[in-house]
Amino acid sequence: MKKKDFILIAVILALALAGLFFIRTRKHEEGRYAVVYIDGEEFGKYDLEVPQEIVIETDRGYNKIVIENGAVRMEEADCPDLICVHHKSISYDKESIICLPHRLVVEVTGGEESGIDAVTY
Amino acid sequence: MTRKITITALFVALAMVLSYVEALIPFNFGIPGVKLGLANLVVVTALYVLDAKTAFAVSVIRIILISVTFGNIAALVYSLAGGILSYFVMLAISRIKGFSPVGVSVAGGVSHNLGQLIAAMLVIESLSLSYYLPVLMIAGVITGLLIGLVAKPVIAAMSEYMGREK
Repeated sequence: MKKKDFILIAVILALALAGLFFIRTRKHEEGRYAVVYIDGEEFGKYDLEVPQEIVIETDRGYNKIVIENGAVRMEEADCPDLICVHHKSISYDKESIICLPHRLVVEVTGGEESGIDAVTY
Repeated sequence: MTRKITITALFVALAMVLSYVEALIPFNFGIPGVKLGLANLVVVTALYVLDAKTAFAVSVIRIILISVTFGNIAALVYSLAGGILSYFVMLAISRIKGFSPVGVSVAGGVSHNLGQLIAAMLVIESLSLSYYLPVLMIAGVITGLLIGLVAKPVIAAMSEYMGREK
């Protein structure tokens, strides 16, 4: 190995660690909604406070998303790798679960958008 | 010409065998989508002992053949994105003085993962995958380092052999 090899490795590792550090230290804010995207298009927006099951069937396959205790997870899917099903449940702003074979993204978003603290009926 | 075709075919065959071996003995890094990429050993070697065009052909042909035989056809677009990006990055690095095959292989491993990630982000039209980038960069350094350390003596032996043949 030569000197430039070591420099290259050091630079890549430094960038990766900086990226990890940035991700870890981001403000962890509780999200309000789970937004489901298919092919990059918004499919639906679901309140994390409302326990529910969302079943999505497209021509690529089947996904079952469950919202429980303010968090969302992928309960079932018929994709080949099941990476989305093995993903931990998410509840913080900007966290996401991705089912790549079905081109489906579940992303948590914050609830600050409305500017209203609470609504009573 | 015949010699060139034969050598290209040999390299592709070797890459396919290595991918098959890797599929039989999965080296699990505990991260979804990360694998050792033993076939990249052939591409790195090809960059040094063959010309750039032949090395490119070896890389693209092996990706397509592996995908349609025992690989994952659905993942072909990601494999091609990773393979083509890493080929050009490795070609560029290998032309710069002061890099050994280890550095070339590390750059190839990282750019392979980067290419796949970019393809995946384009497919799902979402930037949320970018949070995966640091992990994939570190994984690329590790796999690239392992492949590079093996490639070095292979290249030395092959260059000597190829030189003698000519």
